[in-house]
Amino acid sequence: MRADAVGGAAPQAVEALARAHRLKPWELAPWLAAIAAYFLFPSYLPLGAQILIAILFTLSIDLILGYAGIVTLGQSAFFGAGAYTAGLLAAHGWGEPISGLAAAAAVAGLLGLASGAVILRTRGLSLLMLTLVIAEMLQEAANKAGDITGGADGLQGMEVWPLLGHFEFGLFGRTAYVYCLVVLFLLWLVARRIVHSPFGRSLTGIRENEARMHAIGSPVFRRRLVIYAFAAALSGIAGALLAETTQFVGLDSLGFERSGSALIMLIIGGVGRLYGPFIGVPLYMVAQDRFAQADPVYWDFWIGLLLIIVVVFARGGLLGLAERLLRRRGRKP
Amino acid sequence: MSAALETRGLCKNFGALAVANAIDFRLERGARHALIGPNGAGKTTFVNLVTGALRPSAGRILIDGGDVTALPQAQRVKRGLARTFQLNTLFRGLSVLENVCLAIGERLGVAGDMHRPAGSRRIVIDEAYAALERLGIADEARRPVRELPYGRQRLVELAVALGLEPKVLLLDEPAAGVPSAESGVIVDIIESLPADIALLIIEHDMDLVFRLARRITVLVQGAVLVEGTPQEIAGDARVREVYLGERA
Repeated sequence: MRADAVGGAAPQAVEALARAHRLKPWELAPWLAAIAAYFLFPSYLPLGAQILIAILFTLSIDLILGYAGIVTLGQSAFFGAGAYTAGLLAAHGWGEPISGLAAAAAVAGLLGLASGAVILRTRGLSLLMLTLVIAEMLQEAANKAGDITGGADGLQGMEVWPLLGHFEFGLFGRTAYVYCLVVLFLLWLVARRIVHSPFGRSLTGIRENEARMHAIGSPVFRRRLVIYAFAAALSGIAGALLAETTQFVGLDSLGFERSGSALIMLIIGGVGRLYGPFIGVPLYMVAQDRFAQADPVYWDFWIGLLLIIVVVFARGGLLGLAERLLRRRGRKP
Repeated sequence: MSAALETRGLCKNFGALAVANAIDFRLERGARHALIGPNGAGKTTFVNLVTGALRPSAGRILIDGGDVTALPQAQRVKRGLARTFQLNTLFRGLSVLENVCLAIGERLGVAGDMHRPAGSRRIVIDEAYAALERLGIADEARRPVRELPYGRQRLVELAVALGLEPKVLLLDEPAAGVPSAESGVIVDIIESLPADIALLIIEHDMDLVFRLARRITVLVQGAVLVEGTPQEIAGDARVREVYLGERA
């Protein structure tokens, strides 16, 4: 052991940890794929933009569930809050898209901070129910406030200005796709930075063993609240992107189905992995687009079956499975 | 001079059940003190009260003369109080090295940093690795804790607590679950800890208690029965009856 310390093992273990945050070549793969998709599937760009938005939304859930271990079924509360913020601004004379995102992030983030300060005092099932309740409450409020939100008919009359005063959000969705891609990329960079920061590592510690985090002097509640509010802001931006690119906001933006399906996509891709959403979301949404057309009745059945298989046989999702296979190959050279 | 750790009239009731009953306790600086007692005597409750995992029903807790009764766990850790757990309480999915890094990061006050990558603070990682070397588990540094044999995990349990550089260290059955052939390593490490750390060892194993402790407190049904040197405790008739007598 002592000899190792002087020789190889010491630098190896320490170096590996010191290098963990460096960008690896394969991390560029999703972005190259997204850029390639722009040129290869020009008629699918509106679907592409939806996928990018869903990735951002799912990434926000991954940050709190996968890293901090906060279970939630109500992330759509923040998605919807962001969507209505950008939507209402655009419907009332301020259609500038980027400041719309900023406003949505602020509103959703504050909502996350306020609700988190209350509900994050609970754990497990209670917390799950409370997240659900908050989303339901917001949806009902939006339904009742029909004068402002348009209620069940959705918010009408949004006028989103050209991006950077120049690029119209056209029918073919080119601007929308590139806009969503750039926003997702920038926020992914921020999320990646957080995940690899000491703060991000401490979130993982909270997920792995909260009792021990208390025992090493970590302000667990504050850490959980900060990431909850941050993830809420990310969700709000995702909602605002949807509002701006489709020029419409419906009550479903606050609905449970959005939170639930994002959770399924995350589980399929791999929870607690920064790239889980990048695998699970496109797979789910492309499959949904294909299968739902061919066989709309059984779509839910097939996705349910896939989910069961992943949960039973591929803990850690498809990424977890790939990781295990790679490691097994590495052991047997 | 104030004690490293002190409790005055510490009580904890769960309904009608008093699991801690007016416990007056002093842990001197640099002490090697053991807390013993039969199953259900309230030893672990006492640890949870002292660390802040449980709120007392009455009484006060002082660290280094300062009242910490109202402080949350994290604040007490900042005052120099650390603990290990009877059952391994570790970050099982993280590497051994990272387990210790988390503790050191918290101690150095850098753990809330959201901007710099954790890996860029070599000082934290180097210190963690040096700690693993001292405990003889540096060769496991990269392995996830859950892959380690239980006995090796007990050493990580110690390494995480020591990463906090505590002034008061509560060891809750440090050798629990470890085969007797391996527990010697743990005892050796505890014996070689810096003399200025006040140690409180909560233990079942009498051999270990008499080897490590210079003072012993016997807890029975949530109250202090007697306190004294190992010789006094070994010769005490009441202790023999309630505690040692059980084993004879």
